[in-house]
Amino acid sequence: MADANNGRIEIEGVTKRFLTPSGDVFTAIKDVSFTVEPGQFCAVVGPTGCGKSTTLGMVSGLDKPSEGTVKVGGKVVDGITDGVSFMFQADALLPWKTVLANVALGPIFKGASKAEAQARARDWLRRVGLAGFEDRYPHQLSGGMRKRVAMAAALINEPKILMMDEPFGALDVQTKAIMSNELLGLWEQSRPAVLFITHDLDEAVALADKVVVMTSSPGTVKAVYDIDLPRPRGSVQEIRFEPRFLELQHQIWDTLREEVERAYARTAGGPTEEGKAA
Amino acid sequence: MSTASTSTTTTPVDAAAAGREQSAVAQAAKRAVLRRRAAIWAGRIGFAVLVLGGWEVGARTNVIDPFFFGQPSGVWSALVNLFQNGTEFGSVYENIWVTMQEALFGFGIGAVAGVIVGVTLGQSRFLADVFGPYIKIVNAIPRIVLGSIFIVAFGIGTLPKILLAAVLVFFIVFFNAFQGVREVDRNILANAKVLGASRLQVTKHVIVPSALTWIIASLHSAFGFAIVGALVGEVLGAQQGLGLIIKNAQNNFDPNTVFAAMLIISVLVLVAEWVIEKLEHYLLSWRPAAPSEASNAI
Repeated sequence: MADANNGRIEIEGVTKRFLTPSGDVFTAIKDVSFTVEPGQFCAVVGPTGCGKSTTLGMVSGLDKPSEGTVKVGGKVVDGITDGVSFMFQADALLPWKTVLANVALGPIFKGASKAEAQARARDWLRRVGLAGFEDRYPHQLSGGMRKRVAMAAALINEPKILMMDEPFGALDVQTKAIMSNELLGLWEQSRPAVLFITHDLDEAVALADKVVVMTSSPGTVKAVYDIDLPRPRGSVQEIRFEPRFLELQHQIWDTLREEVERAYARTAGGPTEEGKAA
Repeated sequence: MSTASTSTTTTPVDAAAAGREQSAVAQAAKRAVLRRRAAIWAGRIGFAVLVLGGWEVGARTNVIDPFFFGQPSGVWSALVNLFQNGTEFGSVYENIWVTMQEALFGFGIGAVAGVIVGVTLGQSRFLADVFGPYIKIVNAIPRIVLGSIFIVAFGIGTLPKILLAAVLVFFIVFFNAFQGVREVDRNILANAKVLGASRLQVTKHVIVPSALTWIIASLHSAFGFAIVGALVGEVLGAQQGLGLIIKNAQNNFDPNTVFAAMLIISVLVLVAEWVIEKLEHYLLSWRPAAPSEASNAI
């Protein structure tokens, strides 16, 4: 707990291999190294299946690297990392609990009393603009509202690291923009380090301080870009028209396009296509 | 719906007309629902009359031999006789109570054990792999035969029937609980772990509620099996119970009393089913409501 305020993530030479059901060894990511400073918003972009989610799993401690180390706050990750919250593309809300009970889970797991947990959950629901919806069940809410609940549930424990695995991937464009703005607003209040996985490059550039581009499988770090757009950035819809945004976006897309095309050829063309290319 | 939404922008006269039109649509829909319900009930009663009437006529014209297969009027008088005069093993209520007791205790024990073992094995890959083949073997054995062993070991009291019912119920509930635990959403599980949930908290807040849909579904068929266990135990050897009444009627070539006892049992199962359904409703109240019949009619 001495490092409670230090959310520095250091990923050093991490390789992760899986055994496929047919007995082959599949290398998901290979020799990945990058660092996320405390309070930094880091986006990871890359083609489908480049091991982005695998990386998150290892930072959270749900998974162990085959080689290399993952350090959080200077300590090697072993077991579930303390002070981490997760947000997934799919809802990770419990459908049998009300909105209030879902958000209150974080404090309850940390040992808070039910009354205290509910009081804090109420406060967080108000912050994400869902006051009055405490007694609803998740299925009674719209997709955007469920995302707000998930956001409150992820932030209520005041994590030093927030990990987001394509959190807004399933939303429509308008809702996605609204949610991105709200995320930035909430993030600027408590400033956890964020590891944000997406395949939407615009989203990555608009939100992040740093963009890590990964290659397709096995996933490796191809390039790291610092996004020097000033903060607070305001609306993500408007920042898209700024010259600096476009410049960075083009620059990163040039790097990313090659990988995306390679990954696409692999999945669309099948193994014969790949054999010819090799 | 479309008329209602556009009427707000048009004149009041149009709005009133649209409102009238809408209530006319609602009334027509209501009538359609009532008509459909009446048709369903007419079909149900007609089917019962056809089957029972056919059986009675068949028995009276000797197409169906009433000596072996009974007849509805005979079943009815046997039923009246059971309730008015009782049996040689005490009143019919006493016998019903004995069978119900055996079934309920067996059901309770089997269900609790099934849930505990199912949830435990479902969470531990190692234990599941170790015990998997044995469970398959035991499941392949016709467990009803265990009744004979229980009767020999524990006498002809209620205990062997309770055990037999519990064994039958256990496997049904166990397999469902096990599968239910396996089907828990990976994301939800990972999320709870990352939020700092202990093993016990994961079980309490995530795994058991998630498996509950499966477990409750299994309870419906499990109660039927509890009754089967109790009855078979009684047929194998008992001092009281509906199974004994059936066995006795069989020995007296009295198919009508067998059918009458069958009828009583099916009423008991239906009542239990109703209770389980209420329980299901209460425990799974979070689930989205199914679309109503009325909306189908429109």
